[in-house]
Amino acid sequence: MHAVLAAAQTLKAPDLDYFALAPEIVLTAVLVGILLLDVFVDETRKYLVTQVAGLGLLVSLVPVVALAANGADRSMLGGAYVVDNFALLVKALFLATGYVVLLMSSDYIGEGDYYEGEYSFLLLSSLLGMMVMGSSRDLITIFVALELLSIPAYLLAGWRKRDLRSNEACLKYYLLGVLASAVMLYGMSLIFGATGSTVLRTIGREVGGSVGEEPIVTLGIFFIVVGFAFKVSAVPFHFWAPDTYEGAPTPVTAFLSVASKAAGFVALLQLVYIGFFGREEVWGPLFWVLAALTMTVGNLVALRQTNVVRMLAYSSVAQAGYILVPFAVAGSNPAANATAQTAALVYLLIYAAMNLGAFAIVMAVARKTRSAEISSYGGLFTYAPGLTLLMSVFLFSLAGIPPLAGWFAKLYIFESALDAGTAAAVTLAVVAGLNAVIALFYYSAVAKEMWMRPVPDGDTTPIPVPPALAAALAFTAIVVVAVGVYPQAFARLGDLAQLTLR
Amino acid sequence: MYLNQFLLLAAFLFSVGVYGVLARKNGVLVLMSIELILNAVNINLVAFGAFHDTVAGQVFALFVIAVAAAEVGVGLAIVLLIYRNRHSIDLSEVDLMKG
Repeated sequence: MHAVLAAAQTLKAPDLDYFALAPEIVLTAVLVGILLLDVFVDETRKYLVTQVAGLGLLVSLVPVVALAANGADRSMLGGAYVVDNFALLVKALFLATGYVVLLMSSDYIGEGDYYEGEYSFLLLSSLLGMMVMGSSRDLITIFVALELLSIPAYLLAGWRKRDLRSNEACLKYYLLGVLASAVMLYGMSLIFGATGSTVLRTIGREVGGSVGEEPIVTLGIFFIVVGFAFKVSAVPFHFWAPDTYEGAPTPVTAFLSVASKAAGFVALLQLVYIGFFGREEVWGPLFWVLAALTMTVGNLVALRQTNVVRMLAYSSVAQAGYILVPFAVAGSNPAANATAQTAALVYLLIYAAMNLGAFAIVMAVARKTRSAEISSYGGLFTYAPGLTLLMSVFLFSLAGIPPLAGWFAKLYIFESALDAGTAAAVTLAVVAGLNAVIALFYYSAVAKEMWMRPVPDGDTTPIPVPPALAAALAFTAIVVVAVGVYPQAFARLGDLAQLTLR
Repeated sequence: MYLNQFLLLAAFLFSVGVYGVLARKNGVLVLMSIELILNAVNINLVAFGAFHDTVAGQVFALFVIAVAAAEVGVGLAIVLLIYRNRHSIDLSEVDLMKG
């Protein structure tokens, strides 16, 4: 005991760069603030909590912008926590996504009497985990960030407590999420065993050297990639996604399909480009198979869906397949490596805007029809022309039709595959091209229903769109159209945020 | 030190855990199987930490233990929720949505 106390005298607090941590600190303060606020405001004024939460998200964006203007890369805790352009870009993405989801959910949660204060609290906790994920360059940090973002998300999926479908969504998401993180942890323990370090940069150097030849490294990489394949719902680890997306409350579905998936890809980018870069012959083929299967299965199953949310769920599985393409081709040469990173990042940013927009429309329409069946979209144009037009914009952007943002995202994916230039990469580009054609069928089926078919029950009263939902729609629509018209600005962002093993 | 013995034990526990998650139908037993996998990870981490003579393995294991507690807390809450609404924790019956 005395020895421990004596040793404690010599312990030094780690050097923390509080400016670099400012976005997370602000977000944590907001979290605690809204938890207290929720206790003290009475039942009729709970909307205040959501408003403070939204304001808090915008305030945490301020230090992110300040850090970006400052420009210096900041590293602390022995390289375990790094704030560079990549981290700032994904943090801004997560904060913007969180804000849009909050806008979408404020009316839904308020009207449904769904524990408003706790909802905002859990949403912001999950976002905090994602912010940490953007900066984590260490196995322990990645693991803690992953759990911090997942555990609140499990609870959010089951937010409608009395609804059996919501229960089922929550249970399936929880069980497969926990199994995935356990498998990923087993892989991390093997990588730690082979390299003797948890810091990604050290792991990257060891894996690139002679240690990388050991079979234990191959096994570790395999387990980690499989764990994250669950997280990003890649086929054959996707089967939780459609059920969870259908059963969960719609704003939560939007959050899971965009933010949670993006966080999985952010972790994969860091692991693959820093930690495992020396062993592309292991993860290259693995991602190739995942990408090809995910695109094809996602699109083929989406073809025969009759429920819009389920269709969007399979569409988001397919979209994850496109984002996996740059991973599959990244290892072949340095030029391909750079384009592949930009392609994956740019796709994540654009996918967030168009998918959130599509879910916002689904919520707006469900306010009137109380249904998510595709047939209930019949004749939408006759009584909600604005929503019809916006939905068409989002759907055709998801399909990749120029001049909308989704087209540019797909173009970048193809460019990364062609830059790699190997036979395998070109084959994958062809598979992706065929899939883009298949996807057009089911996206345009919804468009046809909206523009051409008669109204199923003849009820043509207009749909009232609450201001918060309208703001979410406007924001996502502007991003989708603006990026489609001026794509260079976005590509520049992606180029600035490159990860390299130095 | 005989590293292999620890690794084999951990690999065995991991396999038992994965089998349990896939084959068990009782919600609580599935949660226990997940704990088995996490403990396999802990054995690996501590054994490798001792092998490399670094404290990082033990620190990682402590994080895993703490986070696993939070995870299982949420898991038990979900199982309780299912029990309240369905009066059963047989997970194979929870299949309203398919396709």
